[in-house]
Amino acid sequence: MSRPRTEAEYLARLIPPSVAGTVSRRTLFRGAMGAGAALGGATLLSACGSDSSTSSATSAASGSAAASAAGGGEVSLGSNQSDDVPKKGYQALGDAYKASTGTTVKINTVQHEAFQENINSYLQGKPDDVFTWFAGYRMRFFASKGLAGDLSDVWAQLQGYTDGFKSASTGDDGKQYFVPVSYYPWAVFYRPSVWKEKGYQVPKTLDELKTLGATMQKDGLIPIAFADKDGWPAMGTFDVLNLRINGYQFHIDLMAHKVAWDDPKVKKVFSTWAELLPLHQADPLGRTWQEAAQALQTKKAGMYLLGLFVTQQMTANLDDVDFFTFPEIDPAIGADALDAPIDGFMMAKKPKDEARAKALLTWLGSKEAADVLVKSDPTLLVANSGANVSGYTALQKKSAELVGSAKNIAQFLDRDTRPDFASTVMLPGIQAFLKNPKDIDGLCKSLEQQAKTLFV
Amino acid sequence: MAASNADTPLVTSAAPAEAGGAQRGAPRSGRVQRLKGPDRLVVLTMVMVPLVLVLGLVWLPALSTVALSFTNWDGIGGLGTIKWIGLTNYENVVTIYPPFWPALRNNLLFLGVLFLIATPLGIFLAVLLDKDLRGSRIYQTPLYMPVVLSLALVGFIWQLQFSRDFGLVNAMLQAVGQQDAASPVDWYGDPNINIWAVLIASSWRHVGYIMLLYLAGLKGVDPSLREAASMDGANEVKTFFRIVFPVLRPINIIIIVITVIEALRAYDLVWVINKGRNGLELIGALVAQNVIGEASRIGFGSALATIMLVISLVFVIFYLSTVMREEER
Repeated sequence: MSRPRTEAEYLARLIPPSVAGTVSRRTLFRGAMGAGAALGGATLLSACGSDSSTSSATSAASGSAAASAAGGGEVSLGSNQSDDVPKKGYQALGDAYKASTGTTVKINTVQHEAFQENINSYLQGKPDDVFTWFAGYRMRFFASKGLAGDLSDVWAQLQGYTDGFKSASTGDDGKQYFVPVSYYPWAVFYRPSVWKEKGYQVPKTLDELKTLGATMQKDGLIPIAFADKDGWPAMGTFDVLNLRINGYQFHIDLMAHKVAWDDPKVKKVFSTWAELLPLHQADPLGRTWQEAAQALQTKKAGMYLLGLFVTQQMTANLDDVDFFTFPEIDPAIGADALDAPIDGFMMAKKPKDEARAKALLTWLGSKEAADVLVKSDPTLLVANSGANVSGYTALQKKSAELVGSAKNIAQFLDRDTRPDFASTVMLPGIQAFLKNPKDIDGLCKSLEQQAKTLFV
Repeated sequence: MAASNADTPLVTSAAPAEAGGAQRGAPRSGRVQRLKGPDRLVVLTMVMVPLVLVLGLVWLPALSTVALSFTNWDGIGGLGTIKWIGLTNYENVVTIYPPFWPALRNNLLFLGVLFLIATPLGIFLAVLLDKDLRGSRIYQTPLYMPVVLSLALVGFIWQLQFSRDFGLVNAMLQAVGQQDAASPVDWYGDPNINIWAVLIASSWRHVGYIMLLYLAGLKGVDPSLREAASMDGANEVKTFFRIVFPVLRPINIIIIVITVIEALRAYDLVWVINKGRNGLELIGALVAQNVIGEASRIGFGSALATIMLVISLVFVIFYLSTVMREEER
């Protein structure tokens, strides 16, 4: 890996995520467009302005829910979007909603990590009427605990969502508890200029990937950049290998512990990963994903499997970044599943004003809200297919196509399984595997023993 | 309150002081009385406020932690949702929770290194600085500087030194040809050595702390003691170990206690580096991982915390028994 170009760049990279509010995976990409206050300010203004087409379309879309809340009043929204650009994007949403319905949206922004860490006490205390959260088990967990409000009647009015989004918003009891707003895919990123120069082809199978990796090593490149200091990035590798080797349904069953962790199929995932490890960048446990992304950025590494937010580290060369979905391993399984975490909104169990909260959620799920978000924060993919996405960059467009063509969408390991299992068992478990890839039997046995104590 | 009517010697002896003030108002009945009205209120307040604080902030949390360690609870719902599961958490901690034993080992390692290396080094530096060397103030400043910094900041500073790809340590090793640039040492990522890197950073701070405390103690030693020793022909080393060190016994005990406290509460440094994972497990960090945040394994985390409490108690009992024996003498 080369050295960073400036001292400031180097220092910025070393700040631990707990210290730097901006370095968080779910918001990084959005924050990527920078602290450009001018940009944020401009978009904010445009959203504040009397955009008559937005307003009129909005009131139509708000439908009967809004009618029952008949304008005025106030609804509170708890947001974890503490970074500059997304924060302004959410403010733009609030302002647009106020302009169209007269209802004030009071946004309470909490620092990203702190919001997640305090979610238990937050939801049991006096939560805001509407709050930001993630799809997947992480959403269903709180729904089944009775800490979130039923949004089935809101979903009856939502339009422009694929079935994938609807099922990602559905709780264990078949009711909807979540309104999806934005998402990003995980894929293998690379620099087309490097690949063109060396004549590499996008691998379609695991063998092709291995051959390509060997060629890259011969050419003096690190085939796959890799980092797992913070413990979560390698979960993405586990996810995609499990999705390719055992398929989506097995993955979801495993995440729900309907299948045992010492199942031979799980061992196969780890053994396949162990075969690929020599192609990965060495010593991942001391490296942050930002440092690994620099290996790709500086053309020292050939590929990097990460979320779309990886481009945050490559803002200077955005036109020289491309990606492909992880290649097929088993022809019977194919390569049509991937991780694409969805962010969105939920409603408190007992909102102060349920009609207004639901009216707001209906609007947030509308294509008008998605249009406001695309305009004010051009670095995310919006969930509503009806939105006007003509402003997307090439990467955004390709990301949207990739996710759109996927048959099954997983969220991410730490969103698809119990939070305690993900953070206190899987995270150290995967790190233990990376330290000692040989003891797969021991690892799987340990994971299963611990899973049994948590999934009771 | 049967004792309130009895005239204990303590109360009698306290009475004259009180009487002087009371006589100015109403004439006294002559009978020796216990504290009255406002005085009693003041005493009561002075006893009750700390008592409530100690009970509420120390004993209540400590005892509820012990109680919760026998439960399985995710922190959601009322106390009625708590399930009592006996010793299962403890059983799981010692049998199937992989980070526990490394954490215990690391905590003891911390204690050992601070106790055997950092603390003696601090004492040694204090003795040197006590010799009135030229410019000893200048030496003191850099040695004491780390103490002013929070451990979180110390972690950040050493991250700059120990970074695998950009750190000063590797760059210097490569510059003098002691390291191959193609395979740098992963100071914070390699689980076999990162605890040592942390110990260096932690000792760096600890040495300055001990040095300052000991220096203050040394300044208070009566110079005539040393003169007498040198008159009797004792050399510097002998003077220190036979005269100065025993005289500084109160300071020594404080230093032992501080070293133990620092070793047990070592947490912020590893938390800043990698949240106490991958070779940097410490019991304090494991408690935080399990209890704080979405994981919310309240019962399991409480079991870990209780284990830490028991370990601390060993040292607390040792300290208290030493201090009490001292007082008896």
